[in-house]
Amino acid sequence: MSDTEGAGPQNPKAIVVGHGEFSAGLVSAVGQICGLADKLVVLSNVGQSPQDIEATLRHELARTGARVIFTDLPGGSATIAARRIAKDNPDIVLVSGVNLATLLDFVFSSAGTPEEAARSAAERGKASLIVIERG
Amino acid sequence: MAIQLYRIDDRLIHGQVVVGWGQPLNARFLVLVDDLVASSDWEKELYRMAVPPEMDIYFADIDTAIKEHGRYAGDPRPGILITGDIASMLRLVRGVKAIGSVNLGGIHHRAGRSEKLRYVFLTPDEENQLRALEGSGVEVIAQDVPSARARPLTEVLEGEAK
Repeated sequence: MSDTEGAGPQNPKAIVVGHGEFSAGLVSAVGQICGLADKLVVLSNVGQSPQDIEATLRHELARTGARVIFTDLPGGSATIAARRIAKDNPDIVLVSGVNLATLLDFVFSSAGTPEEAARSAAERGKASLIVIERG
Repeated sequence: MAIQLYRIDDRLIHGQVVVGWGQPLNARFLVLVDDLVASSDWEKELYRMAVPPEMDIYFADIDTAIKEHGRYAGDPRPGILITGDIASMLRLVRGVKAIGSVNLGGIHHRAGRSEKLRYVFLTPDEENQLRALEGSGVEVIAQDVPSARARPLTEVLEGEAK
């Protein structure tokens, strides 16, 4: 697990965690589109035990001050670990099923709280998943 | 159809189980055999929310799983049974005496374990438990996802070249 680049974000707003290189790919795309990848911390569950995933998440939350966690699958091991953390930390906001539109909305958010920013981003992400009709 | 996969996986229910194996097996139910989870409503709810709506999930401690195994095995739908460690699967196998094959899906690193495969780390005790599983007449195969090569226990215990 690692930050997106160099010594890592100075003021990250969220952690993005998922399978394989999913998070790195999404955050890389955020950087390419708007240059705001440094608002996100990249983590992967590769090779991690459930306890390691949870410990790394806790460490990164404490280190960065982020209060939002984005995960890929609702039933994934990262989501399970994040739910364990959120259980005892009501200020942590967990969003599963993250996509690129979600993150783009989030990094530009001017919402007053992390929860408001996360909820708005989730709505934007859901709305971006559409079947493009022919013609 | 009964239980199509008996799996040892310390992540219990997660993407590889629900999607990686669940989709190709068309799994319609999961049996999570874990004493800790079975004793906690919060843990059960945590894992219940991790499975898709078309899948049922049953929770059991090991003793209950041994008693109820006939019901799981007689279910006409395809299912997956999971334990979080080797010792639990060994107890189940010895109690049920009707399990032919066990999938080693994920035992991750912790102190005292050495790497055998990138997703299998074992203590000497756990190696002996796996040998005991095979000694009970059960085939032990390491395979994290269906597209990966199935590795027999002898190959797992030898470890792979780094």
